[in-house]
Amino acid sequence: MTASTATETGAAIVKLEDVHLSFGQTEVLKGIDLTINKGDAVSIIGPSGSGKSTILRCINALVTPQSGKITVAGTRVDQLTKESERIQLRKRVGIVFQQYNLFPHLTVLDNIVLAPTKILGADRTATVKLARELLEKVRLSEKADAYPGQLSGGQQQRVAIARALAMKPELVLFDEVTSALDPETVGEVLWVIRDLIRDGMTSILVTHEMRFAEEISDTVVFTENGRIVDHGSPQQIFHTTDNPRIRQFVGGLSGGGRGAVRDGEGI
Amino acid sequence: MSMAVTPKTTSTSSRVLRYIGFVAMPLIVIVWSLIDLSLGRELVEWIPYLASGFSMNILITICAVTLGTTAGVTLGLMQLAPFWFVRLPAQIYVQIFRNAPALVLIFATTYIFPFEIVLFGNYLPFPDWVKAVIGLAILSSAYIAEITRGAVLSIPTTQWEATKGLGFSRLQALRYVILPQCVRRSLPPWMNVASSMAMGTSLASLVGVHELMHAATDASTAVRRLDFTIIAYVVVMAAFFTLCYPIARLTRRLEQRFNAG
Repeated sequence: MTASTATETGAAIVKLEDVHLSFGQTEVLKGIDLTINKGDAVSIIGPSGSGKSTILRCINALVTPQSGKITVAGTRVDQLTKESERIQLRKRVGIVFQQYNLFPHLTVLDNIVLAPTKILGADRTATVKLARELLEKVRLSEKADAYPGQLSGGQQQRVAIARALAMKPELVLFDEVTSALDPETVGEVLWVIRDLIRDGMTSILVTHEMRFAEEISDTVVFTENGRIVDHGSPQQIFHTTDNPRIRQFVGGLSGGGRGAVRDGEGI
Repeated sequence: MSMAVTPKTTSTSSRVLRYIGFVAMPLIVIVWSLIDLSLGRELVEWIPYLASGFSMNILITICAVTLGTTAGVTLGLMQLAPFWFVRLPAQIYVQIFRNAPALVLIFATTYIFPFEIVLFGNYLPFPDWVKAVIGLAILSSAYIAEITRGAVLSIPTTQWEATKGLGFSRLQALRYVILPQCVRRSLPPWMNVASSMAMGTSLASLVGVHELMHAATDASTAVRRLDFTIIAYVVVMAAFFTLCYPIARLTRRLEQRFNAG
């Protein structure tokens, strides 16, 4: 705990060393080494089934690897044996899912307020105030009393981001957060994430939005078949890499219209 | 029971039902009593007795459903526990009692439990109606356990995942996210159980509980008139209808509302 507060910008907040993970017979991660510094935005790209989402799930202990070291904000995640210890970690690491997963029986405001008040024991009045600020940040102030079912996919995903932020996490994991959205609403979600990264939130994104990854990332990681093929600056990965596989993947995707970031669109 | 189970009937048929229940049956009683005034006089005389019996049906229904719901929700959640020593007893209980006829359970509880219990040297009577409550509560708890289990399983796993990601423990997730969503889903089937328990209370007459059926039988034995017997049982039917029909209506309205929402 104390180690995490001591981490300053530039110090490693996430460190994976030789992480191996299998689901039954299927080897998903075959030795992942990755260091992420506080304040960084890291995009993980690569073909489907390459283990991108599993890396995120290792970081907040939703899955436990068979071997390897994982250190997140001073906590040795791979050594956590009790569920209660994993819960302590998850309170400090936000995650946003592809399918938003809002709680359908609660209003937007209550979706955001629930976890801080019930799990962290935060004061309700203060949390409601924080929730309203966050809703303003994701440009949904007027939807505070709506139910998730009344919102579009893009709006729901922005609420999900606000919900994760309300826990005041030290880093946020974004697991293909725009993959389930229709192209028109992708822009508004990316806009929110871009803002967040500019504010200095440590963010790890699994994404298929190549141009967005190029624009906002400090580091881009390319994974395939459970291994990190290469990592580096966006310039390196998207433009100057010698690796033919990455060139093929990046080139093949940027040809489509889907990867584009449309500034301000839909907002 | 079948009345509440019927998924969707047209408004015409429900109007016919209401007509039979709330108008036709009382009308038969009133007209017949006016035609034959001696019958009417007998009926007026016995109505308070029948009403006292009917209050017992209401009491048994409320107690059995309350007890059955509390036990049933607990058992339903036990069936989903990650530990076999919690799960297995609940599963066995539910499988045995879910398939037991109500009458068998009422007979069993009547004869298994003593007629009085000793508590700190005091003899407390253990009345038959309480035994009937326990019998019906056992049956309803088994049904409600299955309703609860089904409702929890029907919540998408992504909801559990979302709570996990926010640092909820399993119990916190159940308490704040999963169960509140289950209430909506399980209210209509729960109402079905409640109305079938209300009808099941009439079985308590067979073990000597003074409820409506028992009272009607008493009355017809005392008066010894065929027309009175018929009228008495029409009154019984009308009474059960007024107890169960609102439950069935409410169920249907809730189903429609939840389907729309």
